[in-house]
Amino acid sequence: MKTRSLTLLMAAAMTVSAVGCSSNNTSTNSTADSTAAATGDKKILSVQIGPNPETMDPALNSALDAGNMILESFECLLTNDKDGNAAPGAAESWEVSEDGKTYTFKLRDGLKWSDGTPLTSEDFVYSWQRVCDPNVAAPYAETVLSMVEGYDEAIAGDITKLNVEAPDEKTFIVHLSNACPYFESLAAFATLSPVQKATVEKNGDAWATAAETYVSNGPFHVTEWVPNSYILMEKNPNYWNAENIKIDGIKFNLIEDANAAYNAYNAGEIAFIKDVPTEEIASLEGRDDFFVAPMIGTYYISLNTEKEPYTNPDVRRALSLAIDREYLANTLMQGTYSPAGNFVGPGWMDTDGTEFYKNSNGGENFFKPTADIEAAKAALEAAGYPNGEGLPVLTYSTNDSGYHKSVAEYLQQAWKEIGVNLDVEIVEWASFTPMRRNGDFEIARNGWVGDYTDPSNILTLLYSTNGNNDGKYNNPEYDAQLDLASTTLDPKERSAALHKAEEILIEDAGCIPVAYYNDFWLENKDVVDGIWHSAYGYWHFEDAELVG
Amino acid sequence: MTRYVLKRILLAIVTIWVVATLTFFLMNMIPGGPFLSEKAISPQATAALEAKYGLDKSLWEQYVTYMNGLLHGDFGLSLKQRGRTVLEIIVTKFPVSAKIGGMAVLISLVLGVSLGCIAALHQGKFWDRFISVFATLGIAVPGFVVCTLLSYVFGAKLKLVSTLGLSDWTSYILPVTAIAFYPTSYIMRLMRSSMLDVLGQDYMRTAKAKGLSGTKQLFKHALRNAILPVVTYVGPMLAYTIVGSFVVEKIFVIPGLGGSFITAINGRDYTLIMGTTIFLATLVILMTLVVDILYKIIDPRIKYD
Repeated sequence: MKTRSLTLLMAAAMTVSAVGCSSNNTSTNSTADSTAAATGDKKILSVQIGPNPETMDPALNSALDAGNMILESFECLLTNDKDGNAAPGAAESWEVSEDGKTYTFKLRDGLKWSDGTPLTSEDFVYSWQRVCDPNVAAPYAETVLSMVEGYDEAIAGDITKLNVEAPDEKTFIVHLSNACPYFESLAAFATLSPVQKATVEKNGDAWATAAETYVSNGPFHVTEWVPNSYILMEKNPNYWNAENIKIDGIKFNLIEDANAAYNAYNAGEIAFIKDVPTEEIASLEGRDDFFVAPMIGTYYISLNTEKEPYTNPDVRRALSLAIDREYLANTLMQGTYSPAGNFVGPGWMDTDGTEFYKNSNGGENFFKPTADIEAAKAALEAAGYPNGEGLPVLTYSTNDSGYHKSVAEYLQQAWKEIGVNLDVEIVEWASFTPMRRNGDFEIARNGWVGDYTDPSNILTLLYSTNGNNDGKYNNPEYDAQLDLASTTLDPKERSAALHKAEEILIEDAGCIPVAYYNDFWLENKDVVDGIWHSAYGYWHFEDAELVG
Repeated sequence: MTRYVLKRILLAIVTIWVVATLTFFLMNMIPGGPFLSEKAISPQATAALEAKYGLDKSLWEQYVTYMNGLLHGDFGLSLKQRGRTVLEIIVTKFPVSAKIGGMAVLISLVLGVSLGCIAALHQGKFWDRFISVFATLGIAVPGFVVCTLLSYVFGAKLKLVSTLGLSDWTSYILPVTAIAFYPTSYIMRLMRSSMLDVLGQDYMRTAKAKGLSGTKQLFKHALRNAILPVVTYVGPMLAYTIVGSFVVEKIFVIPGLGGSFITAINGRDYTLIMGTTIFLATLVILMTLVVDILYKIIDPRIKYD
């Protein structure tokens, strides 16, 4: 009797699950069909460079990965070429006045938006003034436009005061209030992409959230955006250089989890992934689809110079000297970072067009790759703490992602060798940032990835009044050198001032540079060729070609 | 009955209001804000953003504005996902989670109840032991381990199914399995012990003595009584499952609602925190109400007043 009832029960269960399965079949088949229809036989490059972007509006964006995607669908006046130099973009040529204060850009003939309507210099006037609009609240407004005449009035609300003009349909003129030697880099910055007035005014902030209203002018245009799933961009037939774009589109898979990205890469579903799980790196090294390339950015440690004992430069210097940067970058961080020899590392450009770090400190690195325990101890003794005696237990604050915790634990060990005891405090990211900014810390991890290759971009971080000067480093001499660099028109004088500033900073140990950022990624060369990486941390997929 | 339901609905509204109020003030107590980034944005830009979203007003004013909007069905704009409304985010993402979660609940109910019964009917024998081991494992192994293991073995190694998004029907297999794993095991155990309890009751002996068939005994007398604890569990479980799982969505790249709960909090996206919390609270309360009504249908002895 028992057996019979059981059989019946099982039968019932199986019927129900069969019904469940069949409904499951019909609903999902339609999804599969729609995906296939969308991609068809087109040559779509499938990549992963980051999670779902918070915004794809050029003016509102402040993230690197979204900036990368924006620059695939928009084209600024200028672009950066493979060597990091300014190259024509929407503008085919440009001129700078003698005093360096007036830039005149000549747009290409017949530029069009992705919806086929003409793009004129008026569009740039609109877009640039929009960046200053307090109602738009663009996070990068100050970075990219503060040197333009009328910026202060514009940011206060009267955006027409921003002195940019369009005397005719193909000419766009920018008047600067002071010369800005790196202005060409800014003209290629994603924030200053042209946006179409018609769609922005009609749809408000929502214009950049749906494919239908996302009108752009770059090599690709967005045809589908499923939040947290993917963004599909297809070739923009109205792009001036469309004939040289060899792929039909790019699918940006919006994957947050590095392991998920790695699985999809291994399964052959994605040809390029940026987020590689750090625990896999040891096994990937030496493989021909694993790439590491430098980017302009420095991992550094901020010391709260307003608090004892960090007010004493000798203490700060001792902590810096006790770090084995070679071990930290190459062993602990598995070569995904490079040991920092300076604060301003490879990729940042000097005024003469060479790399800035090659001319620093007479061509020598400021920091030795390995720790100098003797010198560190001497510095500590000079500060009045022989062998760390009399020093309280120091506190290092960091959030827990990537290698941050490992670095903290390494510092514990390294500083122990000179008699310094360290507590590590792990803080959740969203709380960590305001805490560091408010100066509620003793020692904190910090980092900066450059917006443009001019060294002033990283050096101004330690300018006394800079919003990112978390350690509240304050040295009038340092500020004076940076002031000089921002006003002088003489490239040599400018270069000298920037180098002098870096020397002062390092002599003072105003912060402790630890490592340079690298980008590392997996790229299946059997599937794709022609992708290139810039020191800005951007990948250029517009030159890619599908092979095999 | 109608009076009871009306009373419960009124109570539900009060509960949701309490949840919303508590969440509102608690989330504003955690340090940080929505407009922070590694790179400091200028004080002007921060001020402009705060003015735009009304964060420059006093907390009390913000609360009144928010509640007023809520009464008119306005959940506000997401602070982080610029240009999207909270309602739009919930409306587009919830169906995805609900579909996967719904399948998982169905599977776990069918499997859990049937296997639980089998285990009870074979108490102490091989199948009981086998099922119990499986159930214990299912309860003990955390969801992220199940997900990663499934994704690694069936996706990356065997390449049997896609682990990326919901491209075709096979890509539903792993996430649904991962979500169903825990509730299946839990229901199995619940069903087994409750069934054992019922089987030992006098009325079961009476039923047997009356000469009722095994099926009738099982379905009419045993199951109906034994399933009550499962019904209690399934109500809230259903609510939690259909809003999606952060872990499962992250690992299988599913654009569901579950991730929004966590990212909203991590990013201090205040309006989205409120929206998702209120939405979940409403679902849970609704499910509990449904369960209570179901109780009455399954067990007519229960009185409501």
